[in-house]
Amino acid sequence: MIFRRSERGKAPVEPVTLKILVAGGFGVGKTTLVGAVSEIKPLRTEETLSEAGRPVDDTRGVAGKHTTTVAMDFGRITLREDLVLYLFGTPGQDRFWFLWDELATGALGAVVLADTRRLEDCFAAVDYFERRSIPFVVGVNCFEGASRYPADAVRQALDLDESVPVVLCDARDRESVKDVLVGVVEHAMQAAAAAREPATT
Amino acid sequence: MSDDGRGTQRTKALRGIPGARGTPGPQETPRWFDDDAGPVVRPYAMTRGRTTSPAQHRLDLIAVVIAEAGAAGAPEADQTLSPEHVDIVELCRDAPQSVAELAAELDLPIGVIRVLIGDLVDDELVHVTRPVPPAELPDESILRDVISGLRAL
Repeated sequence: MIFRRSERGKAPVEPVTLKILVAGGFGVGKTTLVGAVSEIKPLRTEETLSEAGRPVDDTRGVAGKHTTTVAMDFGRITLREDLVLYLFGTPGQDRFWFLWDELATGALGAVVLADTRRLEDCFAAVDYFERRSIPFVVGVNCFEGASRYPADAVRQALDLDESVPVVLCDARDRESVKDVLVGVVEHAMQAAAAAREPATT
Repeated sequence: MSDDGRGTQRTKALRGIPGARGTPGPQETPRWFDDDAGPVVRPYAMTRGRTTSPAQHRLDLIAVVIAEAGAAGAPEADQTLSPEHVDIVELCRDAPQSVAELAAELDLPIGVIRVLIGDLVDDELVHVTRPVPPAELPDESILRDVISGLRAL
């Protein structure tokens, strides 16, 4: 058996890790977006649920089914040796909201992906981040064949706060996704600066 | 992606069994072999039934696990460790790993990974760096670094 002992001497760099969430409705392109910028293939973690599904899941006839599985896709971007950004795609099903809380804790910010053909699918995500004052950017994923709307029309349709940036993007395009992520961090910085201002009531 | 939709497959497997286990259904029961049939060892059997690790508050998904440089000897030789424990130490020795990456890499639920990491912290084989505490944004200079790092990708 080969033991890896050679590197034992030097202490590994302890990176600072940050996370950005990617939310939105089913099939809106969350995993595509993560994959467009991640240096690793989007990975998937699973959490086994037991009690949570009981009142919701009809288990008649499947008495053996005590668990259900929920998956989260995530990707990684190493910005520097000591600075790593993780992207987490949130699970789509509404009843896994409690997992969002775990994901959202300590998150730098979020991207809410929207599809103009099914705008209502992202209402829940917008609502979630607004309530928890997590800075977010709405990325309108421009699908081929879907009519284009100006960002302002989307802002109105979603009844967004003036300060929330709305950007048109292509979840498959690396450059486009980079712009969206830069937008999230910039927005988070502005939000932090605004929070530091003394409250004037 | 290695196991897309394995969960749904498992669900189908369970749905395919009408009534009690082993009773043949009216139709041919679909058969699942190897990995399709689900894990051989139930996930929480690896933690001996523990779902939380004492004296360790919940590890964040992006908390980084680092192999202790001073950890003497090879974890492979430690009889008190399970194969999963050894896997974690080995992965972390190559490079620091986030909790989420370890879970994905070893294909274990996050809850199980948390307990196993807690054991290893107790044994002083690894230590965990806490990410920026919630409710506290990272330093502005870090955010600037993130922006320039993203632009330079």
